[in-house]
Amino acid sequence: MSLLVEILTKQQADLLSDWNRDLVNQTRTNGLSEKEIANQSKMLLEYLRDALQQDGNAMVDAPAMSRVRQFLVDVADARARQGFTPSEIAALTFSLKRPVFLRLEKLANGADQLSAEIWAATELIDGLGLHTLNAFLRSREELIKRQEQDMLELSTPVVQLWKGILALPLIGTLDSARTQVVMETLLQKIVETESRVAIIDITGVPTVDTLVAQHLLKTVTAARLMGADCIISGIRPQIAQTIVHLGIELTDVTTRATLAGAFQLALQRTKLNAAALHEFERAKSGAKEF
Amino acid sequence: MERIPILRMGSYLLVTVQVDMHDQLAQQLQEDLAVKIVQTGARGVLLDISALELVDSFIGRMIGNIAATARVLDVATVVVGMRPAVAITLVELGMSLPGVQTALNVELGMELLRDRLEETVFNDHFPE
Repeated sequence: MSLLVEILTKQQADLLSDWNRDLVNQTRTNGLSEKEIANQSKMLLEYLRDALQQDGNAMVDAPAMSRVRQFLVDVADARARQGFTPSEIAALTFSLKRPVFLRLEKLANGADQLSAEIWAATELIDGLGLHTLNAFLRSREELIKRQEQDMLELSTPVVQLWKGILALPLIGTLDSARTQVVMETLLQKIVETESRVAIIDITGVPTVDTLVAQHLLKTVTAARLMGADCIISGIRPQIAQTIVHLGIELTDVTTRATLAGAFQLALQRTKLNAAALHEFERAKSGAKEF
Repeated sequence: MERIPILRMGSYLLVTVQVDMHDQLAQQLQEDLAVKIVQTGARGVLLDISALELVDSFIGRMIGNIAATARVLDVATVVVGMRPAVAITLVELGMSLPGVQTALNVELGMELLRDRLEETVFNDHFPE
């Protein structure tokens, strides 16, 4: 690969301007200025030159290439956030082929050397391209994961309806991961607000199967262990039928058709304690009089 | 030997678990409590586990056993202040502690005990 090193060392400026022209013509700039692009390609060429001077036969995964790899990862990360498409990212390195091959053709002595040099350069540039793509995909995946997490947290708001009454309007499908978050936030909120009644509203849950029901029952049981009553509300007619058809046992759980019904019951329950106590006090003093 | 203290407060017994319960300690507590209930003629037991951070199936079963023992001796038991993490662990272990009364904190637990006790007193005075 000696010729490639020679090109990178002696014809760097020439190669750079040729490559930059291709880059700007081929791809969308997506808000990046030509100067930034030129700067990035210049850095890449310099790192590549340094690496090849260190180890003439270095492939992408060689230790000498570590700075090149890091640089490509950084560029891919930045472009992934700027909304570049995968092919645009790939074009960043693959577009280096034409200007490099042109120069190899001029310098090579005979067909044998040319094909060997071109093959070596292709292998290297392909490796760099794949590495960039991998980095791009990784950073996209991270982005998706982060958004998933955000959604998970956003979709489980626990609201206080009254003193001692919490409501948890569930929207979307309930899976294990989500149930875990729901359970944790609800229990935490019960502790914080010292609420005795929690209403889980499933109006926004599209389907209830045995698994979802099991998740709901777990949450209800955990709340009960902490000393809070749970009411499940917002059960649509179809869902009520599904629950019966599936034979899901909900006898231990208080259920209501609507959130309003559940709220009424919750109010009764929290007031009941005070009212019952009052009633008893009255009966007790009455008993004394007799 | 290390023991969990059982305090008497009127006609109630107050047990506050301040350390991490290990198996021996839980077993000891169960025995001590049964003896104490009979000795004092207590009408209610309040088990405060708000400082308990770690539970396993054994401790979970012990809590259930303590409540069951108390029930046999006609004493109401309320478990108070269970932490969310502990509650989740117990549920994941499949232990829903049926028959154990729970309350959010000591205050509400006491209220519950008092209600229960007064109810029984009330029923004694006014049989249906």
